[in-house]
Amino acid sequence: MGIGVKVKVWGDYALFSRPEMKVERCSYDVMTPSAARGILEAIYWHPGLKWVIDKIYVKNPIRFTSVRRNEVKSKISASNVLQVYNGADKPLYLSTKEDIVQRASLILCDVCYIIEAHFEMTNKANASDNPGKFKDIIMRRLKRGECYHMPYFGCREFPAQFCLCEEKEIHTSYDTVPEKDLGFMLYDMDYSNPDEIQPMFFRAVMRKGVLDLRNCEVIR
Amino acid sequence: MGEAIKNRYEFVVLFDVENGNPNGDPDSGNMPRIDPESGLGLVTDVCLKRKIRNYVETVKEDAKGYKIYIKEDVPLNRSDREACESLGITETEDKKVTEALKKLKKSDKDVDIKLRDYMCDNFYDIRTFGAVMTTFVKASLNCGQVRGPVQLGFARSIDPIVSQEVTITRVAITTEKDAENKSTEMGRKNIVPYGLYRVEGYISANLARKVTGFSEEDLDLLWEAIINMFENDHSAARGKMAVRELIVFKHSKELGDCPAYKLFDAVEVRKKEEIEYPRKYQDYTVQIHEEMIPDSVEMKRMI
Repeated sequence: MGIGVKVKVWGDYALFSRPEMKVERCSYDVMTPSAARGILEAIYWHPGLKWVIDKIYVKNPIRFTSVRRNEVKSKISASNVLQVYNGADKPLYLSTKEDIVQRASLILCDVCYIIEAHFEMTNKANASDNPGKFKDIIMRRLKRGECYHMPYFGCREFPAQFCLCEEKEIHTSYDTVPEKDLGFMLYDMDYSNPDEIQPMFFRAVMRKGVLDLRNCEVIR
Repeated sequence: MGEAIKNRYEFVVLFDVENGNPNGDPDSGNMPRIDPESGLGLVTDVCLKRKIRNYVETVKEDAKGYKIYIKEDVPLNRSDREACESLGITETEDKKVTEALKKLKKSDKDVDIKLRDYMCDNFYDIRTFGAVMTTFVKASLNCGQVRGPVQLGFARSIDPIVSQEVTITRVAITTEKDAENKSTEMGRKNIVPYGLYRVEGYISANLARKVTGFSEEDLDLLWEAIINMFENDHSAARGKMAVRELIVFKHSKELGDCPAYKLFDAVEVRKKEEIEYPRKYQDYTVQIHEEMIPDSVEMKRMI
């Protein structure tokens, strides 16, 4: 085990898309471990460390709302860009009139979580790096509210406010619910082979409002 | 292009609408968006980004470095592909172009990064908000995602809004057949009598420096665009919309000096106590609690 931190994160809205419903996006009931990792990486990350999420505390009741937006359906085509880059004289833009699509998102509202995580050192750390140094940087950033970029809940339009969790005893909205099965959830993506990034899933069971990810079985 | 910005920023924008529909909800027949639980009005982030893009497009008129990628109201002539000659590719079909490019990719591993930088240099909206590109090299550039430094949340009204339906008539009839048996057509408009909205935004200096090169000049243009985003956006549906406040917090460092929520909490917008139904901006007070803002953070009211 490396060194652990507890971070409280909250915001008005959140959208942790279920991979099986990502056209008309629908959020998972709670934050996925990969989203929690993304939040921590937005605050501090270095090639020499790897975040591992231990627990996610669900502080607020799970509530949903729906938003439908006009979205653009296509991405920038790299081959078009390359042609223009090489001097071709052709239009380079997307027309929202032509490329529009209306999509609904089922999003969570008024969320608050506590992420309990630790980091492990990787072999990309510099010789002068050590866990204590990283820990100091992380704690300093959490205390001062510094971040690399503003963390977000799944999508960038849903910013995540964050602070160091000072609560000794953490209470959740589900303190009295012994067990709530949330089904299979995305654990994270496996980036070990960059040519073939694989999703990993786990069986999410929330016990008294806590998603314990230590020793959970990860299914590929 | 200038150097990338060196400070983190947060900003609060207050804008209001009078007898108009700031952002229609496609789910409920284009009525103004409302948070069903609180009755507060909503305006999505993408709606405001559209206005910023439109403003920049209007003032810059596709000047070099200030093109806009995601455009509204443009003729579509992308099928007009005559342009590959500079590459020595004469095929006009997409597939063959891609094949030819694949060869090129083998000789140049950084082609994805070069193209990304090219797009960032030329397109203001990509430099600001980011974009997603389909890349040549699989899984490179984080699946083609370019995160821009500027991040916006949803705008929400300070008080619950009421959405009013106004039925209107017109004397011109569309089809001959209809003209035989009626002399007017009925239409509907949805308006908010008054609403003051607040949106919060973030600018990451790190993403500006490491990814898109968003510069000080770009930042000035962004403020200008935010202040004027409704000035060139008048239409029958919008009514009277105006930006009332743009409060900018400039941190002294790239990473910032204090949490964003502390700065946002320092801006208090409130309906005056004696007012029951707010109908104008003067019915609100905006108070900035300067004691809550750290000394190292520079606060500026831009309007």
